[in-house]
Amino acid sequence: MERDFRNRLSREWSLEGPPSLAYRLRLDLALMSMLLLLCMAGLLVLYSASSKNMDIVTRQVLSISAGFAAMLLIARVPVRYLQWLSPLIYTGGLALLLAVLVTGHGAKGAQRWIALPGFRFQPSEIMKLVMPLMVAAWLCPKTLPLKWSDIIVSLGIIVLPTVLIARQPDLGTALLVAVSGFFVLLLAGLGWRLILGALLMALPSAWAMWNFFMRDYQKQRVLTFLSPETDPWGAGWNIIQSRIAIGSGGIDGKGWLMGTQSHLDFLPESHTDFIIAVLAEEFGLIGILVLLVIYGMIIGRGIYIALSAQNRFSGLIAGSIILTFFVYIFVNIGMVAGLLPVVGVPLPLISRGGTSVVTLLLGFGILMSVHNARDSRIRLE
Amino acid sequence: MTPNTLKDRSEEYRSIRLRIWCAVSLMLIMASGLVVRAFFLQVVHHADLKTQSEGNRIHLQTDPPVRGLIYDRTGRILAENRPGYTLTLIPERVEDMEWTLQQIGQLLDLGDKDIERFRKRARQARPFNDVPLITRLNQQEIALISVNLHRLPGVNIEARLLRHYPHSRITTHTTGYVGRINDRELQHLDPALYSGTNVVGKTGIERFYEKALLGKPGYREVESNAHGRVLRVLRHVPSVPGRDLSLYLDLDLQKTAVRALKDKRGALVALDPKTGGVLALVSSPTYDTNLFVTGISQTAYDALRNDINRPLFNRAIMGEYPPASTIKPFVALAALHSGTITTDYTIFDQGYFQLPGDDHRYRNWKRNGDGWTDLPTSIARSNDTYYYNVAVQMGIESLHDYMKLFGLGRVSGLDIASERPGLVPSPEWKKRTRGQPWYPGETVITGIGQGYLLTTPLQLAVATSIIANRGKVFQPRLVQPASTAQSGAIKPIAELQKDDAYWDIVIRGMRDTVSRPIGTAFRRIGKGLEYSVAGKTGTAQVVEIPRDIQEEKQRVLDEFHRDHGLFVAFAPIKDPQIVVAVIVENNANAPVPVARRVMDAWLLRNSNPANARKGPDSDKGS
Repeated sequence: MERDFRNRLSREWSLEGPPSLAYRLRLDLALMSMLLLLCMAGLLVLYSASSKNMDIVTRQVLSISAGFAAMLLIARVPVRYLQWLSPLIYTGGLALLLAVLVTGHGAKGAQRWIALPGFRFQPSEIMKLVMPLMVAAWLCPKTLPLKWSDIIVSLGIIVLPTVLIARQPDLGTALLVAVSGFFVLLLAGLGWRLILGALLMALPSAWAMWNFFMRDYQKQRVLTFLSPETDPWGAGWNIIQSRIAIGSGGIDGKGWLMGTQSHLDFLPESHTDFIIAVLAEEFGLIGILVLLVIYGMIIGRGIYIALSAQNRFSGLIAGSIILTFFVYIFVNIGMVAGLLPVVGVPLPLISRGGTSVVTLLLGFGILMSVHNARDSRIRLE
Repeated sequence: MTPNTLKDRSEEYRSIRLRIWCAVSLMLIMASGLVVRAFFLQVVHHADLKTQSEGNRIHLQTDPPVRGLIYDRTGRILAENRPGYTLTLIPERVEDMEWTLQQIGQLLDLGDKDIERFRKRARQARPFNDVPLITRLNQQEIALISVNLHRLPGVNIEARLLRHYPHSRITTHTTGYVGRINDRELQHLDPALYSGTNVVGKTGIERFYEKALLGKPGYREVESNAHGRVLRVLRHVPSVPGRDLSLYLDLDLQKTAVRALKDKRGALVALDPKTGGVLALVSSPTYDTNLFVTGISQTAYDALRNDINRPLFNRAIMGEYPPASTIKPFVALAALHSGTITTDYTIFDQGYFQLPGDDHRYRNWKRNGDGWTDLPTSIARSNDTYYYNVAVQMGIESLHDYMKLFGLGRVSGLDIASERPGLVPSPEWKKRTRGQPWYPGETVITGIGQGYLLTTPLQLAVATSIIANRGKVFQPRLVQPASTAQSGAIKPIAELQKDDAYWDIVIRGMRDTVSRPIGTAFRRIGKGLEYSVAGKTGTAQVVEIPRDIQEEKQRVLDEFHRDHGLFVAFAPIKDPQIVVAVIVENNANAPVPVARRVMDAWLLRNSNPANARKGPDSDKGS
């Protein structure tokens, strides 16, 4: 820590003259460049996955640009403002979720969208970011060990939007939103015994989910995951075809734009949830590893920011955001590679989807803000 | 902030840091799980999944061969391939079958029968194969379906060559027909040869020459997408078309024969005695073979099956009739050859024959007898008593052996499917099949072609051509040899012992049958005969009554009780160019005029301008 601190000082302050542009923009250059690299790689894959559809790629570029702009904006907002605003944003998010259930626009039998003039977005995506903010805002002033009442209120904060999203129904997002909230609870110091207990409770609650909450198509996904070969032309198709796509890529892949599984339409959802299969088919194991390394560097940087956070709220927020980011990656790749059931989770910053990109980049904006808070203290000294 | 809370706060940071580090280690484990999985799929299982990926992408499409054409002797087409448009469905690709059928029903005329037939076929079809719903779409129907194809997944319009018989009612029982491959055939057909072909020869030449006509399928290696659309052809091995067949058959002669037998139940076989080539082969009534190509409807099939005149039955090669008096020239030849009688053998016919020690009288057809009867007269008058005598003197064993020499009682080997052997009885045969001894009386009636003796019209024609050729036996053939070199080598397959005196006297008897007023065919052959004819009539008593006749159809029943008429002939006598065998069921008088028309048509074809002018398509549906 100490050496790193000095290095930083020498790097950022040894130069005479006015502070760098990055500093003035309150940007974390390392994070920023890695995210840019990732987004560029993502566009490359998306171009191929969408069968050279420039329209889709252009819209993704717009989303990414909007995301970076939002990231730059929020990076300038001090973390404590976010802490104060959290309840307001959370309440707003809940209202939007309710609005979706009432008036939402559907796709494939699920209502997820809210249409505004000019564009439409998924409130559930935004909730992924709002959730850790709210839980952290709630738990931050509490002393350790956490009281039962604190925990129960936190659970309430987590469950309410989760249920609303699950009702859309969008089980994948609901679970991920809940997970981002739980990460805050876990990081905030939830007793180890409670964690253990909750894990033990997982089985009965899974049973309850299965019987009371899950819709037929969701159950079907789980069943198909367990044995895709029973229905090769129906629900098992995605799993089988994505496995073929990944495996046929081999070590070095078939080459960019040469993936037969995706270009001949064997691979469904190739530019959204299953985009990693396109990458695996065209760039092989090497492509997967490169992607994982980029992700790893981003997460590493995020962990570093979380570890060096200046206050509890910042640490909770940063930790939760970066852990949730990892979970997205893991769930998506795990799903496409046949390790997890098919749940609709996009691959962060690679899959097509504007709301997701903007939300993720907003999250990284908060990370930068956390980082800046520390820098501003350094400056004070 | 008190120092105490400050301490608490730093405690809390540590707690968060500890937990983050825990999470980091957990993440590393999970991430390595992903890497292991990727390695497992992309390295360990790469070969297998690569193959599956290729299997997804590359499909083998068969290029079905074009079936060989069938021509008559002058090159007129008897069986061809016409492009036809068929509405097909691939059941596995249809999302909602009921809805789809209903939609098609709104666009086209789709009967319940069609749907029923389609369902039956769909059940029997191989997976992901197209099942025809409506065949022979017209242009308007194609247009109607085409504009709606996009909303009817699994529905296709397929252009394929359909077999067509331009003279289907003329060549019914010679060309035969092709039909859809059924379950039973599927089991013994070579799937490699029949991939892409969904018909197989069912009867006649189509069946006998199936292998030659079929050809060899080629294939295309195509790249197709998940929706089955072909994107490009990677490799193409073209198919080898089937062999074209040229028949000895003459379409005009065949037409004449069909018309001559119109409204009759019967058969005619005309041979070229010099080659054994079949000039005409007719079984009447005929039917439209084109109905069978794309699958005949149950109603139409039932109508054919239950037709009292049995059009589906090929009488020319399958109809086993008692030869009756047409056997007499052969019995006479057998008796001469075996030395039983000499050329001047003569009897006094008092109207009947009696076996020694038996008072049963075997009657001549003319009750009071013909008086003194020599060999030519016995043939011309068709005297029964003469042949009772001859048969008894020869004995059944010898008679049996000679009849076999004339090709009776066994299949002639004509190149057509389903030929029946007929029957030449012997004591040994009777013992084997009925467990009974041979009675002398049975020898007596065998001499006049009754009893157990059964022959097909084809066999009678072949046997008669042996007489016409004075002992030379030719293998009957429908299809001409592929090359002229081979056709030059057509040789008799056997030669019966040659003694011109024997042939002369029998042929004289047959000539008298036609040309002398005492002859049984004299009146029927008509006037103005421009060539010499040798012939022999026959009248077969009907023993069998068709089973499926109901009692109320008494009038019809009476008709079915009448005798069958037979006539064999060849002409001209000096240089035989045509041999004809005719049988007309339940009409003893009909065969001779029928044979006359056919012989006229053949022998006078060049001198009759009306005949020469007639185009091949002038009348299709006679």
